[in-house]
Amino acid sequence: MEARLPAARRLRTVPAMYAAAAVLGGAALCVTVWRGLEEPGTALAFGLLVAVGELARVPLPGSDGRSRSAGPLAGAAALGYAMLDAAGGEPALHGAAQVVAVVMTGSLVGMVPHVALGRPPALDVAARTVLGVGFVAVCFQLLHGGGPLYCSGAPGPVHALCLLGLTLLTGLFDAVLGATTAAEHTGRSYAPLLREELRIRCGIVPAIAASGAVLALAVAVAGLWALPVLGLPLLLTQIAFRRHAAVRATHRQTVLSLARVTDISGHTPGGHARRVAALCRSVGRELGLSGRELTVLEYAALLHDVGQLSLVDPVPGGATEPLEGRERRRIALSGASVVRRAGIPGRGTGGAEVADVVERQADPYRQQPVTARVLRTVNAYEELRLGGAGTPGRGAEGALERLRAATAQDHEPRVVEALSRVVMRGRGA
Amino acid sequence: MMGTRGADLPARALVPAAVLTAAACAVPAVRQLDGLGAVGGAGATGWTVCCVLAAVHAGCVVLTRERGPWAGLAAPGRAGRAREADGAPPLVFPVLLAGVFLLPPSGAALVAVPGALLAPLGAGAGQRLWHAARLVLALYAAGLVRALCERACGAQGAVQRAELPLALVAAPFVAVTFALVLAVLDGTRTAVSGGRVPATLRRGLCPRTVGPHLVHGAAGLMMAVLWRSPYGPVAGLFVLLPMLLSSWGFAQYRAERAAYRATIGSLVKSVDIKDRYTCGHGERVGRACALIARELGMGERRAEELRLAGLLHDVGKLGVPTRVLRKNGPLTPAERQEIERHPELGDEIVRGIGFLGEARPAILHHHERYDGDGYPYGLAGARIPQAARIVAVADAFDAMTSTRSYRRGRPVDAALAELERCAGSQFDPQAVGALVRALAKHDWARLVADVPGPPSALDAEDASAARAGAGHGAAAGGRPGGGNVPAR
Repeated sequence: MEARLPAARRLRTVPAMYAAAAVLGGAALCVTVWRGLEEPGTALAFGLLVAVGELARVPLPGSDGRSRSAGPLAGAAALGYAMLDAAGGEPALHGAAQVVAVVMTGSLVGMVPHVALGRPPALDVAARTVLGVGFVAVCFQLLHGGGPLYCSGAPGPVHALCLLGLTLLTGLFDAVLGATTAAEHTGRSYAPLLREELRIRCGIVPAIAASGAVLALAVAVAGLWALPVLGLPLLLTQIAFRRHAAVRATHRQTVLSLARVTDISGHTPGGHARRVAALCRSVGRELGLSGRELTVLEYAALLHDVGQLSLVDPVPGGATEPLEGRERRRIALSGASVVRRAGIPGRGTGGAEVADVVERQADPYRQQPVTARVLRTVNAYEELRLGGAGTPGRGAEGALERLRAATAQDHEPRVVEALSRVVMRGRGA
Repeated sequence: MMGTRGADLPARALVPAAVLTAAACAVPAVRQLDGLGAVGGAGATGWTVCCVLAAVHAGCVVLTRERGPWAGLAAPGRAGRAREADGAPPLVFPVLLAGVFLLPPSGAALVAVPGALLAPLGAGAGQRLWHAARLVLALYAAGLVRALCERACGAQGAVQRAELPLALVAAPFVAVTFALVLAVLDGTRTAVSGGRVPATLRRGLCPRTVGPHLVHGAAGLMMAVLWRSPYGPVAGLFVLLPMLLSSWGFAQYRAERAAYRATIGSLVKSVDIKDRYTCGHGERVGRACALIARELGMGERRAEELRLAGLLHDVGKLGVPTRVLRKNGPLTPAERQEIERHPELGDEIVRGIGFLGEARPAILHHHERYDGDGYPYGLAGARIPQAARIVAVADAFDAMTSTRSYRRGRPVDAALAELERCAGSQFDPQAVGALVRALAKHDWARLVADVPGPPSALDAEDASAARAGAGHGAAAGGRPGGGNVPAR
């Protein structure tokens, strides 16, 4: 399903993006210095807003921490400056070059404290911001006063709607760039990544961009006083995102602790749940599951053996695979009741789905959702590979061999093949 | 909370009175809106502005209803209380306050009516009418204050002319008036129904309620400014997008926090699966710990850490063989040793969780005795972390008062007397004193009424009896490892 990119092509686009951003930024800076800064007050205000937003950078909720983007404040401020055609009733004189230069300077300044504290600079984000802002600024110059695509005369509702359309286009552009970077970093193919980016971003990025349009319009009407007034909700948003990220990290640590419990109680060999979770994630990726499904799968894999706590005597080696089907299902049900009883709310965090996967991990594969199939096969692989108290470990080859033999009812052939590809690749690397 | 027959009268008269007053405020709108002329950029009349805002408000309310597509955006508040009290998702306030800046007071009041009547309060027509009336009154008052402010600092027409620092002056006054009137109305309602008025007023006027309203007020003002600008009403409505983003961010945060709490809950629940004698024990100990912490004057943050500590104190039992935990009858020394490892195992399990703060040492040391005879390290007195001393008291208290399958729970008073007897030898006197004082103010049985008790092995069919028995009962039997029960 997922064709892999040839290595040569994989290594080309990201440096190209960095180079394009550097060239664009450098050229804009030169032009601005050469021409001199138009309206330095406005430039300073927007640049400051970008720097503050960059300083308080946060991962977007639902993005898994990997796919990053400019925070709401910096993003909106950058776009707002790009789409500003007047300030307090006076027409704005800055061109696209000045927009790019100011935004780039602002985000670099905002990055300085991060670098000083030893955190790696988010260069890919900065490059995307510069390219995105350049894109909007150029589009805007084409649309607004005197440009070749000049449409509306006096400022009016049509103008406002044009800005909104432009912001949606920006969201799309940003998603394309994001998917490109992600495709290169992870080596996955482009289309599912773009879908994922668009899914994550279909709400947030247009909303951020539209906030930029509001900033532009409000500053055009009411002058720079509009910036703090509208910047406040955006700053609050950023605080909310930050808290979300903190709780998410704690939540993850707690799930990991819960996953370690069966190790500590001697029900499973040490690190079993973590290994199964990591392998499940790779296999799920290989099968092209979405980011959300991957999270559900990972949590379910971490918690899949919790049901064994209800056993009065531990199963030898923690291996459930050799048990009778009915017993296995009883354990799965008990584990699901732990996860479900906890009442993790369904939407957004996938708690109910996690419980569902845990519950159905022992069913024949045709009755299972794809996540549960992956979990069942990977768990069986781990148990077969290491062996239990009575049975010797078969090693990777032997385990895969056994799984292939059981594809009639227990394990889906597609999942087994994906697993074997992942295992072989891990060995090759 | 229902009063006597005599006290019923004001309770029943309040809603009609509020509705009549609200109607009196809103009716002049009919004449005023007609005479207003053009107020929007696109030559919109007062009626158009009022209708559009009312429609947007109603749309927001419907979308964020319980089963609506944006249900997650509505602030649930603490256990759904705030939602009931406000009856409105935060998204609608900028719309309502924009009305205050665009329309005369009575017109602004009218904006709230359709949305308020659609609000999902579940309690029927009376509740909806009350909700509409309180919003109408609050908006009317805010409108009057707006007019006063503008006259006082000569800012009439500042919104129209988009003179920003000048137009901004009225915004905080409008927001505070809005919050104040809502709080006073809610307080009145609490008063006539016999509830606790100060708590209602405090909730309505705390920074967590007024702060967001200040932001909403500023956003409403911006909306009005853009509405009247050449860009027209469309641009005004754009202001809702940053507000939407902000609501969404907080909704995500709340959802993740709920998931985190639920995961902690499942950690506790898995202890219950192993050790069926102690079902609900962690939850009750957590509440008792929070009670003691508040009584000792600790802040909310430490109280929450102590609640976590109580919740998770026995998590190490997950590492003890189930056969030993469930054994009926006396334990061998080896088995006793297995059980006494649970504080250390618990520490091992929660090692990876950040933000536990004081909860971690509390889990490790909750079986230390004040005189130094406890385990695992035999610490004594002030060398035992304070959180651990509190958990030890709460643990013993619940172990004595809750019904286990092999014995009935003791009455609260008897358990407290027992704790006081052992204060200084086994328990920290300070923590025991705090628990005694706290339980003089609160009814323990009510505090833990919603915690499910253990499935009763004596009477498997009647689980509800066990639940009702949690908190009172008589006659206790000791069981090794079954909590910090004082040794006789």
